[in-house]
Amino acid sequence: MVLELQKPRPIWQIMFSTHHTDVGLLYTITSIAFFFMGGALALGIRAELFFPGTQIIADSMTFNRIFTVHGTAMIFLFLLPFASGVGNYFVPIMVRYKDMAYPKLNAVAFWMIPPAGALIWLGFADFTWYATPPYSAIRSPGPSADMWIFAQKILGVSSVLGAINFIVTILKCKHPDLPLSKVPLLAWSFLSASLIVIVAVPTFAAALVMLLTDRLGVSGFFDPSKGGDPIAYQHLFWFTFHPEVYVLVIPAIGMMYEIIPRFSRKPIFSQSSGIFAFVMLSIVSFSSWAHHMYATGMSFTEKTVFMIGTLAAVPASGMHVFNFIATMWGGRIRFATPMMWAVGGIALFFSAGAGGVANAAMPFDFITHDSYWVVGHFHLFVMGTIAFGSIGFLYYMFPYITGRMYNETWGKIHFITAFAGTVMVFFTQHVLGLYGMPRRVFDYIPSPEYIIMNQIASVGAMIIGAGMVIWLINMIYSAGKGKEANMDDPWGLGGKYYFPHQAKNPHH
Amino acid sequence: MSGHSNWPEWIYVGVVICLLAYVGAEAWNVERLVEHTPADAEVIKVVGQQWFWTFEHADGTKEVGELHLKKGQPYKFEITAKDVNHSFNIHDYVILQDAIVGRVNTAWFVPDEAGEYIIQCREYCGLLHYNMRGTLIVEE
Repeated sequence: MVLELQKPRPIWQIMFSTHHTDVGLLYTITSIAFFFMGGALALGIRAELFFPGTQIIADSMTFNRIFTVHGTAMIFLFLLPFASGVGNYFVPIMVRYKDMAYPKLNAVAFWMIPPAGALIWLGFADFTWYATPPYSAIRSPGPSADMWIFAQKILGVSSVLGAINFIVTILKCKHPDLPLSKVPLLAWSFLSASLIVIVAVPTFAAALVMLLTDRLGVSGFFDPSKGGDPIAYQHLFWFTFHPEVYVLVIPAIGMMYEIIPRFSRKPIFSQSSGIFAFVMLSIVSFSSWAHHMYATGMSFTEKTVFMIGTLAAVPASGMHVFNFIATMWGGRIRFATPMMWAVGGIALFFSAGAGGVANAAMPFDFITHDSYWVVGHFHLFVMGTIAFGSIGFLYYMFPYITGRMYNETWGKIHFITAFAGTVMVFFTQHVLGLYGMPRRVFDYIPSPEYIIMNQIASVGAMIIGAGMVIWLINMIYSAGKGKEANMDDPWGLGGKYYFPHQAKNPHH
Repeated sequence: MSGHSNWPEWIYVGVVICLLAYVGAEAWNVERLVEHTPADAEVIKVVGQQWFWTFEHADGTKEVGELHLKKGQPYKFEITAKDVNHSFNIHDYVILQDAIVGRVNTAWFVPDEAGEYIIQCREYCGLLHYNMRGTLIVEE
């Protein structure tokens, strides 16, 4: 691995490198930077909603821009690039190849992210991460909206390039002695997620071009006054972005598959059922996109079909949870920081999934749709599951990247604050939704229930924020001055385990 | 492959599928009943625009921001929008339908208690989305 801080190199050597660990490091650091920027916006949102009325944000347009950029940045500039970073580090090692299949393409895919990030952050669009026409086509103020559209275009190309690279690396470059069924589940998760990207992303790419020409006034695909159909955009959008949810969650589950057996000191309960569940998830991810659209006036038959398609995703997700629990069962579990994050992530994954089943049931969706319930529900996935898996994995990777150990006590404190905060924010938001508070609002009715629940959520968000500051300090301090890690067995787990740095992987 | 039997996992998956089938069947059944508009429902035309609601009763009277209805009478809303998408929501009566330009979506209900209820917009529609509210007044 890189061990940057033990053998320092000039920064431009890392930046212009095409080696997979260097590109992985660039992905990881960039995504974490965007995570803190997006998180700061989230704290701004929660501070504004602490009381009804105007608090710290001057007007509702600024507020709308803030939640739009928060959502876009967290999904496209934190979660996706972070997963790519982990994949870059570990996929070539796990399939025993010297690098990614196309190293230059890999570096190009990474270097598309900073300009796209700049477009999103400098534009600061206001039409939500979902950019529905007609609002986005005719009312949303430019040029910020156009900058957002171009940024998405660039990010789409970047993730397709990354996906092609992962698929070719795993299928074509794996060691001939290694059958696909023995490829570790983390690499399998990247294979499944990349296949989804290849199939799903082009649809949104088309929708973006149509949206842009609509904005330029030369077409009316989604503009009803020119004979277009705004619902068509929603179908194109969700056909990409419902599967995209699985693109995010599958690598996070793969990361947990790496952590859980290691810290339970037991092999994975069933590799084959893990693979089966990944493949199932990538197929059923395409059967449920329109469950976001029950309230757009869908017919009873359409709603029934998409409800069944949505429920079909549950058994495969349940198989992963079963696999995790069965792996831990009877194991000599060591609750080091990465394990705590993984187990916490699974618990929140389970609650998010349970909420999802309730949502999929058609009549209930008409209570929760576009309310704070939905905000709480999907944050349990993106924060509770995916970010928890990712942060846990970053703790896990830390010795391999830096050659040093993070501070275990502060790592645990970070987990406890984040877990408590996540429960406070997002469970409360579910209840807030049941009381009918709409999402994406700058202000709310000053009823006592709304006020107290918003305050619980805001306090929870501040607790998460404090934990993340602890994390940042821990990472930076330990990277320079932390205890040197025992590279054969950083957590003292004993036994013969396959550790990534032991792979024969010549550096440059 | 892993050399041990997987039967607990398959039993578990079976139980999960049974639970899902139950949830799905129940949801299907309830939704079927909910979608059945009574024949004597009075039509109210609802139009959403940035950032207020207008209502037109069957007899042609129009209201802006306020909607007066009679207790015990079934009503059917015909919901549409003028500029961008909105979502017509009376949370206390679980009425939620998107108001979409060029389409008419329907929802029905029977107000069963006199009082004032909040009508709000649940779909992001720009600057004053948060304040796009109206009042439903149910009279005896």
